Amino acid sequence: MNILVCIKQVPDTTEIKIDPEKHTLIRDGVPSIVNTFDTYALEMACRLKEETGGTVTVMTMGLPQAKKALKSCLAAGADQAVLISDRPFGGSDTLATSYIISQAVACVEKEKGSVFDLILCGKQAIDGDTAQVGPGLSEHLGRPLITYVSELKYEEAEFQGKRENDDGYDWIGVKGPCVMTVVKTAYEPRYPTLKAKIEAEWAQIQTITAESMKETLDLSKCGLKGSPTKVVRTTTPENKVKCIYIKEASPALSAGKLADILAQKKVMGR
Amino acid sequence: MKRGIEKWDAIVVGGGLAGLSAAYTMAKNGLEVMVVERGEHCGAKNVSGGRLYGHSLEKMIPGFAKEAPVERKIVRERLALLTEDGGTIIEYGSGKLDTAPSYSVNRSDFDQWMAKKAEEAGALVITGITVRELYMEAGKVCGIRSDGDTFRSDVVILADGVNSLLAKQIGMKKEWNPDHVAVGAKEVIKLDSQTINAHFGLKDGEGAAMMATGYVTGGKIGGGFLYTNKDTVSLGIVTTVGDTEYSEVSVPEMLERFEQHPMIQPLIQEGKVVEYSAHLVPEGGKKVLPQLVKDGVLLTGDGAGLVMNLGFTVRGMDLAVESGRLAAETVLRANGAGDFSKEALSEYEILLNESFIMRDMKQYQNFPGFMGSSHRLYDDYSKVLDGLLSQLYVVDGKTQDDILTKSARAVAKVGLVNLAVDGIRGLGAL
Ligand SMILES: Cc1cc2nc3c(=O)[nH]c(=O)nc-3n(C[C@H](O)[C@H](O)[C@H](O)COP(=O)(O)OP(=O)(O)OC[C@H]3O[C@@H](n4cnc5c(N)ncnc54)[C@H](O)[C@@H]3O)c2cc1C
Ligand SMILES: Cc1cc2nc3c(=O)[nH]c(=O)nc-3n(C[C@H](O)[C@H](O)[C@H](O)COP(=O)(O)OP(=O)(O)OC[C@H]3O[C@@H](n4cnc5c(N)ncnc54)[C@H](O)[C@@H]3O)c2cc1C
Repeated sequence: MNILVCIKQVPDTTEIKIDPEKHTLIRDGVPSIVNTFDTYALEMACRLKEETGGTVTVMTMGLPQAKKALKSCLAAGADQAVLISDRPFGGSDTLATSYIISQAVACVEKEKGSVFDLILCGKQAIDGDTAQVGPGLSEHLGRPLITYVSELKYEEAEFQGKRENDDGYDWIGVKGPCVMTVVKTAYEPRYPTLKAKIEAEWAQIQTITAESMKETLDLSKCGLKGSPTKVVRTTTPENKVKCIYIKEASPALSAGKLADILAQKKVMGR
Repeated sequence: MKRGIEKWDAIVVGGGLAGLSAAYTMAKNGLEVMVVERGEHCGAKNVSGGRLYGHSLEKMIPGFAKEAPVERKIVRERLALLTEDGGTIIEYGSGKLDTAPSYSVNRSDFDQWMAKKAEEAGALVITGITVRELYMEAGKVCGIRSDGDTFRSDVVILADGVNSLLAKQIGMKKEWNPDHVAVGAKEVIKLDSQTINAHFGLKDGEGAAMMATGYVTGGKIGGGFLYTNKDTVSLGIVTTVGDTEYSEVSVPEMLERFEQHPMIQPLIQEGKVVEYSAHLVPEGGKKVLPQLVKDGVLLTGDGAGLVMNLGFTVRGMDLAVESGRLAAETVLRANGAGDFSKEALSEYEILLNESFIMRDMKQYQNFPGFMGSSHRLYDDYSKVLDGLLSQLYVVDGKTQDDILTKSARAVAKVGLVNLAVDGIRGLGAL
């Protein structure tokens, strides 16, 4: 079983700042982490691999410093890592990003002489938040897709993904090769050991450039040229929730005060 | 290819300034070195008030301040003797300060830069791992253990900070006596750099350092510190743990007193607190040093208690750098001789004794005791000065005493005998 996990390096902050003119994220000086959902996807992949044998490859498109994110994935269970990085890829929107990743997948598969049985993405990136790259990748590759997967099984040569929805969940079966996007799992990603961290530091990371994919890559679909998305306007949502702290002399008095307020606001009768 | 995961020339536990200085020195001289730091990155867990005396790092990396992320060069020293509603602030500036510059630094940035230097020299720096166990063979330290794996090394340098659990584990160090350890709490307050320049009378790149005593700690041992960074101010207090027990003012309250004090508050007005941290500071001085070497292991920096908290200044970082470097020099010699026994490593103690570390610590060795026996230093002198100066500066149309009477009255409040005793003790301590 060969599994690919697409990961994105994202800024580690809940207070993301946006350049008011360019409408892009200000990434300077913000420490980076692996997108949280991608760490769940990686753990899911590692667990399946441990059951079935095979390899887990992680792949990201980004600047050379994204190698750090790849290394932390290697320490957390991945066997191989691929970085897609080149000038013409800068400024790509989700359409271009998923196109380039699909090309890189094809390139790696050709080298290996086999296809990835399963490609996992995170549900969405915690900075971009579009949730488009996973589905985009499935379209470009022409492979079936299950979104919002929280649990994965592999039985009788069939993948089964538990997809969460508003009313509950579905178990959906699909044959590989296929793509899934992963939500928070019931388990936490493993904690890397010192040994795994040292090995990850020393690991070779394959880099894919436009040159590596030149036989099939259409450069007009990459970067700014290949990105039809226009950011018209960005706004910062206002925090409209107002908090009242109740701290009277005793719990009973606090409860009384709370009841008063609720009654006043007609949330509750008195 | 490296020597392999399982065998190293040296393993350093703790990627603070002591550990990284040791790793840098050893790696630069060709040893295979691994640093293991528990923080997500080096500097993530480290707390300093933020003034680095540059002399020891300058020896190791000449001209470091040109490339390292230092915040400001300190050109103004202030000593604040505070009372409840005012106080006396002495400001000192001199070209002499420039002969051995000190800098305000942000440990999170600074330690990451040091880690990069160590890596460039060839050391492997692994973060996010807490070392809980040393690997022992026949009573000798021969590496570390982590998650069931053994990582062997000829020698381990412990640079794991004030608590050094590993040093305690192997009996090099005892549990703290509360009088020999202080607690520091610190806030980083965001202002813009022009405001800081204006509030402290500085030019771009210039910084001010302030130590405050008196009212802030309610007469308990310790005081406040304030350092200007590029566009933030670090402000905090350090007070002896043993004293907090008897204090009616808690540590957070001391911090609040300090930042809301009428002579401090205007300096940081309109600032926004962006960081809050707390940490222990060893301050037992030379008399309570732990065992510094054992077979296969050396103890450095805060772990070895190499800090001088003198009230008018706190020094730990320059000692950490120097002790790390000296431990590394010792290991380099031991490596040449192939002998890592306690006897061979005791060279480290000789190097420390010959260095400024032990000279300076010896100079002040009675100081902690001196402070311990008299809390007056921390409160009463502020009041004496206040009494004196208020009589000089308050003109209310009533009869004026001559200056001698004025000072006598101020002194009387503390008691002449006490003052004299403190004076003699103070001189004796030096
Ligand atoms: C007009 C425009 C211009 C942009 N310009 C830039 C720019 O100049 N520089 C820049 O950095 N960003 C730029 N972006 C953002 C970039 O296109 C998106 O961050 C990226 O396409 C992923 O989208 P997302 O963050 O919404 O991820 P989502 O679609 O929410 O991510 C879902 C999952 O897809 C996978 N994934 C997402 N991104 C990657 C990746 N890069 N590599 C591997 N797997 C991935 C992960 O598994 C992730 O969990 C631009 C976006 C737009 C709209
Ligand atoms: C509030 C305050 C103000 C101060 N002000 C100043 C000042 O202005 N100037 C000055 O020179 N000094 C100052 N000091 C003292 C100075 O911060 C210390 O002396 C200095 O940081 C010591 O460096 P170190 O490398 O020995 O220890 P630390 O900087 O504490 O580094 C120890 C490192 O070891 C890591 N570690 C610990 N245990 C383990 C483990 N088991 N496994 C892996 N890693 C581990 C820690 O995460 C940490 O990074 C101040 C201290 C405080 C608390």
